[in-house]
Amino acid sequence: MGTYLLKNWAVVALIAALVIGMVLPLATGISAPGFYFEVMLGGLMSGVLYSLVALGLVLIFKASGVFNFAQGAMVLFAALAVARMSEVMPLPVAFILAIGVMAIFAWLIERLVLRHLVNQDAVVLLMATLGVSFFLDGFGQTVWGSDIYQIDTGLPKTPVLVAENIFQGGILINTEDLVAAAVAALLVIALAIFFQKTPTGRALRAVADDHQAAQSIGIPLNHIWVIVWTVAGFVALVAGVIWGSKLGVQFSVSLVALKALPVVILGGFTSVPGAIIGGLIIGVGEKFAEVFLGPVLVRQFDLAGGGIENWFAYMLALLFLLVRPEGLFGEKHIDRV
Amino acid sequence: MLYRENGQFKSSYAADQQLLPIAQDRWFVVGLIVFAYVAVPLLASDYTFRALIIPFVILAIAAIGLNLLVGYCGQISLGTAAFMSVGAYAAYNLTIRVEGLSFLIVLVLAGGIAALVGVLFGIPSLRIKGLYLAVATLAAQFFIDWLFARVKWFTNYSSSGSVSTAPIEIFGWTVVSPVDKYLFVLSIAIVLTLAAKNLVRGHIGRSWMATRDMDVAAEVIGIRPLTAKLSAFAVSSFYAGVAGALWGFVHLGAWEPLAFNINLSLNLLFMIIIGGMGSLLGAYFGAAFILILPILLNQVPGWFGVPISTGLVSHLEAMIFGSLIVFFLIVEPHGLARLWAIGKEKLRLWPFPH
Repeated sequence: MGTYLLKNWAVVALIAALVIGMVLPLATGISAPGFYFEVMLGGLMSGVLYSLVALGLVLIFKASGVFNFAQGAMVLFAALAVARMSEVMPLPVAFILAIGVMAIFAWLIERLVLRHLVNQDAVVLLMATLGVSFFLDGFGQTVWGSDIYQIDTGLPKTPVLVAENIFQGGILINTEDLVAAAVAALLVIALAIFFQKTPTGRALRAVADDHQAAQSIGIPLNHIWVIVWTVAGFVALVAGVIWGSKLGVQFSVSLVALKALPVVILGGFTSVPGAIIGGLIIGVGEKFAEVFLGPVLVRQFDLAGGGIENWFAYMLALLFLLVRPEGLFGEKHIDRV
Repeated sequence: MLYRENGQFKSSYAADQQLLPIAQDRWFVVGLIVFAYVAVPLLASDYTFRALIIPFVILAIAAIGLNLLVGYCGQISLGTAAFMSVGAYAAYNLTIRVEGLSFLIVLVLAGGIAALVGVLFGIPSLRIKGLYLAVATLAAQFFIDWLFARVKWFTNYSSSGSVSTAPIEIFGWTVVSPVDKYLFVLSIAIVLTLAAKNLVRGHIGRSWMATRDMDVAAEVIGIRPLTAKLSAFAVSSFYAGVAGALWGFVHLGAWEPLAFNINLSLNLLFMIIIGGMGSLLGAYFGAAFILILPILLNQVPGWFGVPISTGLVSHLEAMIFGSLIVFFLIVEPHGLARLWAIGKEKLRLWPFPH
């Protein structure tokens, strides 16, 4: 352990700086404890959404080595589908139909794009998914419309005051947020069971480990890709519904989902827990940077306003890339560059 | 029949190594340049210049820059627009803070500053590649966007954060009318294209291509990855910076924060994918394609009596771009430029089958 710390002093220093930065506002009394925890909870909530988008990315990357730039567009598309269909039918029906839509989409992707680009360079695949993402953005808005739509999940939006007796002011929590976090946790558990206990899940893990070995023992790669894209589509759907019920479904969803890129860099491309923890770190980190660091910077350098959260995640990822390219939990692979 | 090099004998190495070895190609290029300088100013209207031709030439310069990095050196970048904005803001600050600087010098300095920033963000490329580099350049994009929108010094403390530029003056020639602007950017584009063509033919370009094709092998034969990659970032960002300064000063005139956002970066990437990666001609094809398609989409349904809303046009545009990118990556990874080359090959045999 001692040698590890010595060898990776840069990583340790970065993580230490991150932790100190997170504790500092509370320790120095810049903010009231109640406010501090509210900011943290707000960050965790957006972190949950980032995690869900990143989860879809990691699933696809593990199974097919494709870095799916279109995950954000899939979130938007799924959310739009649910929002518009739930206008004419009950929400659960719309949800199930949307799963079907995402499955068809997954099949088409495999059929029309992936199959033709097998064994291509990772960058080519990335650019292909960039194309898919543009197509999906345009297609979704042509079919479903481009206004802002609400998804009404019927959950109470009333805030609850908790921990009032621990410190002054207590913490305001949205019930909806709690339910959303619980749903996300359930989804992750369900995915874990699916991957660990079912034959399909085992096949998916086999493909993730080694394409050729999996194929040689008779696992059909093409089917696996359809399945994994469907699962990623399902994750995107859940993320989209949570997002849509919180902030409304609109085009910006697709852009905010770009934040999943730094999340997977931070957590590691191949790690599901990494995606979740990375998402939470980025969510909390950028909220803290915006709320606590932003005003300081604005005062110090006479800026024309904050907005640090627009780039904080990317710069954090960039720093991580310099000291630990495989991310917090990713597999270390030796690669000459 | 016409396009054939029979009877064109080379009697010196210089003749063999010249830029365009086939006489017909030389005549074609000379004709094209004459056409661009003489016929286009006579034929095109002011509106066409402003909406189509000037942006085309400037974006082609930026696309050449990006193509040097992505197509020749194999390093992906999603932050070209950010480097363009560095050039634009550098040029703006140079013109207002330094008295009596010729715009040509401003342009070179702006490109140089953009190159420095490009090298800075290119440093991670020495440790990472592919997807990781995409995120690093994305970081450049968002950070630089924010920097110019928020730090007041860059916009000379203007209250809205937008900046406006004075007309360009070079050696007493004031570039105001669309035709003047066109001739100005055209001249710069020709110089830069020629420079790029010679760069990629020479030692540096070859080291880029070797790095792109197989970095380990390139290192083994004595190419330093550090110099190859960082020089690609520097040259690419220089082109982007010059294009950004032209975009700001010549095309926009006045611009707001976020005029150089991620969409511009992605559009530039599309230009080189559709136009052809690793081809300078492809940058021109791609720029033309990306600019003309939206206009066609706006006009063509009208001719058939089908009115189409602007919202739908932008969605259709996104769909067509998206599918074309996938199509080109699958069917013709070298883009329109490759189709052009195939056409030329066919023409050499035509009309005989062999």
